[in-house]
Amino acid sequence: MALLLGFKNMNSSLLFFTLISLTLFSYWFGLQRSLKVAGGAEHKKDLTCLPEQFGLLTAMVCGLPALITLLIFNSAEQIVIEQLLTTTLPTSIQAFSSIDLGLYLNNIRSMALSETTQSLLVGITNNSNLALQEQYKAALTLQELNQQAIWLKTGLVLVIACVSVIVLVRKFSLTFQARQKSETIVRLLLVASSVIAILTTFGIVISVLFESIHFFKSVPIADFMFGTQWSPQTAMRTDQVGGSGSFGAIPLFAGTMLITFIAMLLAVPVGLMIAIYLSQYASAKLRAFAKPMLEVLAGIPTVVYGFFAALTVAPVIRNVGESFGLSVASESALAAGLVMGTMIIPFVSSLSEDAISAVPNALKEASLGMGATKSETVIKVLIPAALPGIVGAILLAISRAIGETMIVVMAAGMAANLTANPLDSVTTVTVQIVTLLTGDQEFDSPKTLAAFALGLMLFITTLGLNILALKVVRKYREQYD
Amino acid sequence: MTNLENNSIKNKNMRNTDSSTTLSTTLSTTDKVALSLKKRHKKEKRFKSFGLSAVIFGFMLVLVLISDITFKALPAFHQHWVKVEVNYKNTWLNIEDSSKQSLSKANYRSVLKKSLYQMFPTTSGKKLSRKDKRQLFQLFSTNAEFTLKDTLMASPEHFNKQVNVWIRLDDDVDSYLKEGFSSGEAGLRLSQQQAQWIAQLNSEQRIESRFNVSFFTNSDSREPELAGIKGALTGTLLTMFVTLLLSFPLGVAGALYLEEFAPKNRWTDLIEININNLAAVPSIVFGLLGLAIIINVFGLPRSAPLVGGIVLTLMTLPTIIIASRAAIKAVPPSIREAALGLGASKMQVTFSHVLPQAMPGIITGAIIGIAQALGETAPLLMIGMVAFIVDVPTSIVDSATVLPVQIFLWADSPERAFLAKTSAAILVLLALLLVINVTATVLRSKFEKK
Repeated sequence: MALLLGFKNMNSSLLFFTLISLTLFSYWFGLQRSLKVAGGAEHKKDLTCLPEQFGLLTAMVCGLPALITLLIFNSAEQIVIEQLLTTTLPTSIQAFSSIDLGLYLNNIRSMALSETTQSLLVGITNNSNLALQEQYKAALTLQELNQQAIWLKTGLVLVIACVSVIVLVRKFSLTFQARQKSETIVRLLLVASSVIAILTTFGIVISVLFESIHFFKSVPIADFMFGTQWSPQTAMRTDQVGGSGSFGAIPLFAGTMLITFIAMLLAVPVGLMIAIYLSQYASAKLRAFAKPMLEVLAGIPTVVYGFFAALTVAPVIRNVGESFGLSVASESALAAGLVMGTMIIPFVSSLSEDAISAVPNALKEASLGMGATKSETVIKVLIPAALPGIVGAILLAISRAIGETMIVVMAAGMAANLTANPLDSVTTVTVQIVTLLTGDQEFDSPKTLAAFALGLMLFITTLGLNILALKVVRKYREQYD
Repeated sequence: MTNLENNSIKNKNMRNTDSSTTLSTTLSTTDKVALSLKKRHKKEKRFKSFGLSAVIFGFMLVLVLISDITFKALPAFHQHWVKVEVNYKNTWLNIEDSSKQSLSKANYRSVLKKSLYQMFPTTSGKKLSRKDKRQLFQLFSTNAEFTLKDTLMASPEHFNKQVNVWIRLDDDVDSYLKEGFSSGEAGLRLSQQQAQWIAQLNSEQRIESRFNVSFFTNSDSREPELAGIKGALTGTLLTMFVTLLLSFPLGVAGALYLEEFAPKNRWTDLIEININNLAAVPSIVFGLLGLAIIINVFGLPRSAPLVGGIVLTLMTLPTIIIASRAAIKAVPPSIREAALGLGASKMQVTFSHVLPQAMPGIITGAIIGIAQALGETAPLLMIGMVAFIVDVPTSIVDSATVLPVQIFLWADSPERAFLAKTSAAILVLLALLLVINVTATVLRSKFEKK
């Protein structure tokens, strides 16, 4: 672990390990203390709780507050140090804009990391350039601040660990309820773990929402939602031609819908027929073989599908199309859509199979008893009865297709064409998010912020589809239970 | 009976209006059913064959996908080397003695070049032209001079002598040889002259195909003949380590709370809905979260397995919680009641009875979650794990890339040889996934027997 955390964080990992050993030690310590309170191992029955429970409580009280302090300290450390450093800088530099100041601080940070204290001192005395001298000085201050932070952190964490153990151990008595107390702590930990899901959602909403609001300040929301021109290249210089960038997302939405539609056109019939065949016709042997085989399709990473789409399917479609005299883009929507459909087949088939097998057997048997053939039973009884479940499955599949990234990044194009021709190249929301956020980026330009606005759209759409799907499925369940 | 009479009356009425129904009027319902039976059975058969063909189509897709990638990957596992007569002349090396110090700074490029010119005198005895020289030198890997260096450093007695050394061929030549062109024929990016040189080397039996070890021991490189997956594989292992370390305890704890302790109220409902919805949020959105919060707010390093692991944890947590909850729910209540009846506390029941019983299911769920995280690419692109990184990462805060991202990067490379490399990397990734899934299945069946 020390190796894993690496040399740069040697102090952090060392502290972490000290804390862990301290925790282990306090287990033993708490156990011994409880025995001492009882008056020796032979009297341990006099205690309300087992000595091990005393030990466990002591270990938790030692480790947890210290660990929480460490985490909080680590996450706040950088911001505080930066603030302190900025106050020591000359006022001329403090007056910089936030971007320039950030760059300046970055410079100093790398200087403080790469050079030793000696070489910094030498740099201060040997440099006649005043600005450079300032930088060396700042780097030195940063090193000192960092050093102080490390000492403060180590001291704080160790003191908290020791003090809480001592305070606890002093309270030990024969009637001390160690088990109940430790159980309360464990319970709190369990609650905290389950709350992480909420925090994640909250974090997602915060991160995309704030950046999007930022974005909508420079680009009106109506232009974004209803504009038909997408070219997010903003000018490096203000006098550049055609560099203002336009952020109309309609071509992206249309492209996403086109590819999703093609995918569904393949996945829904095939997936549904597979579900029907496997649940109604197939022998147990075939089922046992076919289900894992089809699950392979679901388990293959999407980047593999992307590779397959871009390097195998797209050229085939192009060749076939051209032999019919059609002009096919090398990154056609059809290739990406078909491969995405392949990926979604097992998703549709397993969810629809669940829905079909959830239909009460009595319905099926009644229909067969009336002399209907199997196919008639399926079409006229089972599917209508399972329809809400199947619709739910399709909605989930659509949500999946909309959010799918790697296949379209690798196989669909970058050009934002507004077209319904599947042989043309289109781009999607996810492709643009990736394009905007990989490569060089400055955080506050509309170009990067646009990615978050697209992310917001994506999040809202998939969330809406998901909630809708769950609602449809739930309503259906109520019908038969 | 009245029904039938009604029918016949209806039929009589219809006869007047439509002559084509004459036939049906003479038939009873049973006959009608019997007549339509053939058609209905045909329909049934057609429907069934549709179903079967859908299943077969599914199989075909699996087969086509796997065989296409395997077929493309095969060339990447072997590589062509060539035996070159190298003359370690001191004047070419530009050093005086064979001490370690001088050997380490000698000019191996000139040794390579001059040895090559010596090997290929032109037929007319003329000197090679400048263009020929460049073309000749292009046949060998850019790494060749370092191979020469390593060879001489390992055995300094070769100093000032002529020896045979095996070096790698350039990736263009490698691809050319694998494509099976007829001897001496220009092709791919090789000129007529270059092809003839290769034919000459071949006829002297200087070219050998070897297993490509460097694919597993090297890190990424701009040169396809040198690029390997070691760095990406290490990055994947580190990232998965972080993911497992965080997501397993958190997922199990969350599931235990929701299943065993949580009161049924709006708050718990909210958590439940949340978890279900998070499971359906596109993975790229988690990448946005990682970029905006974990990197820009908390200031963790970009491109690091630590951040990748955290993002993937958040992404797989719902999967693990849902699977764990199902496993916990499946523990029979009699076990809980028996333990409670003996005076165990709720916490003791949970941790010493329910959890061990539910463990197989929980482990299976965790493995499925990890398998999902292993193949994930999009969120890692967002947090900068997409950089070109040559060094093998040694810690979770080093810059690193992972296997799926490596595949993405290589798939984008224009060099022909990277096509095979990409496919080979995919095979390695699929093999990893297979191992993980088989482990899950074996574990589950083993626990179930108990």
